[in-house]
Amino acid sequence: MPQDYLHHLGTVMPALLKGAWIAVYVVVAAEAIGISFGLLIALARLSKSRWLTWPALAYVDLIRGTPMLVQILFLYFGVPSLVSTVTGNPWNISPILAGILALGFNSAAYVSEVFRTAIGSIDKGQYEASRALGLTRFQTFRYVVLPQAFRWAIPPLGNEFITLLKDTSLLSVIGVAEILKEGQLYAARTYAIFPTYVGIAIVYIILTLSIANVLRFVERKLKVPA
Amino acid sequence: MIEVTDLHKSFGQLEVLRGINLSVPANQTVCLLGSSGSGKSTLLRCLNLLEMPTSGRIIIAGRNITERAASMTDVCRNVGMVFQQFNLFPHLNVLRNITLAPLKTGLLQRPEANDRAMELLRTVGLQDKAQSYPSQLSGGQKQRVAIARALAMQPKVMLFDEPTSALDPEMVGEVLAVMRKLAHNMTIMAVTHEMGFARDVADRILFMDRGVIAEDAPPSEFFTNPKTDRARQFLTTIR
Repeated sequence: MPQDYLHHLGTVMPALLKGAWIAVYVVVAAEAIGISFGLLIALARLSKSRWLTWPALAYVDLIRGTPMLVQILFLYFGVPSLVSTVTGNPWNISPILAGILALGFNSAAYVSEVFRTAIGSIDKGQYEASRALGLTRFQTFRYVVLPQAFRWAIPPLGNEFITLLKDTSLLSVIGVAEILKEGQLYAARTYAIFPTYVGIAIVYIILTLSIANVLRFVERKLKVPA
Repeated sequence: MIEVTDLHKSFGQLEVLRGINLSVPANQTVCLLGSSGSGKSTLLRCLNLLEMPTSGRIIIAGRNITERAASMTDVCRNVGMVFQQFNLFPHLNVLRNITLAPLKTGLLQRPEANDRAMELLRTVGLQDKAQSYPSQLSGGQKQRVAIARALAMQPKVMLFDEPTSALDPEMVGEVLAVMRKLAHNMTIMAVTHEMGFARDVADRILFMDRGVIAEDAPPSEFFTNPKTDRARQFLTTIR
């Protein structure tokens, strides 16, 4: 029996690694959306205009208040169905694109909270010094506030990245051939259920540990000497 | 160099500056004294528009900075400021702290900005700290870098807002020494509690009380023969 398990563990690995590649691709693309859109939401929430703060707050509440699985299904099934009804023409979205958008827009809500706290933690004196030196508001943000906020945000952003990587497993429900989906297909074909799920767990652990190490390296590199 | 006419500043219901009129010629060193809440810092912060005046007019180096059209960059070309808490940029080394504003505002190109920064660091005695980060410096060194950073914009006027108040006593001297070097070579307005500096270096003392300039006199006169009761009281409490 153990030899069988080891054999299946070996045979399922190529499929799982292919799934890992898809998962990393999806999570990098999603996090790019998450960070850029999240930063915009954070700025909207910090703005003095209600026309910006309210929609941003509503967005964060909406995303945080609904399960990610529902958001994925909404984007993959709900939105195409609406578009098809409105336009009268059938319209579809690819599972990977739906997955990237769902994870990206979900992540943006959480990332915006990280940036909002990070930007809020920058001392008022930094803004005053920048202003007194003649820097514009944009220059102050770009060269003084953002680099400091970003350093502050790296650890929580790292956590968000790892969470998002694990959440890619939810994309198996819309048929994205990520790690879990590849594993499930193998298990259904071979009935080697236990070794397959062990293999899936191993791949996730290797990926999350690798990302954590890369993030630690980045954090060390950007650390201001004390 | 500085002309202030009927300057008022209120924070909500609280009127902090109640009609300031002031004229400071070029290269004069003025110390602003007064008890806490008298409006010294607010006056200083109005001079580079960190606080927008409620009314009144401020002309610096011939330019009306209270006009709507005045841009912050123009204002800050002429006015440098040093803060009590230094406010150095912690993520940049000393050299980049000094060169950031001249480079980004287009005042200097990289080679000239670096040369000028090194020259300023020599002036403040920190040429060996160019690559250090603020967190690696003592309070006195940080404040000297902050002075160099403000000077890098080649201002005509320097404003010092209690530059030694956050320092350990043994570090006050090194900052005052740099300020002494600058005095009489450029227009300086300093809010300070260093009475020795005010007495020895200032050309003029402005004593502020409840939002107005209560006394305007040379230090010899102010310290020996204050005209108002408030100033006499103030001098008694600080001695």
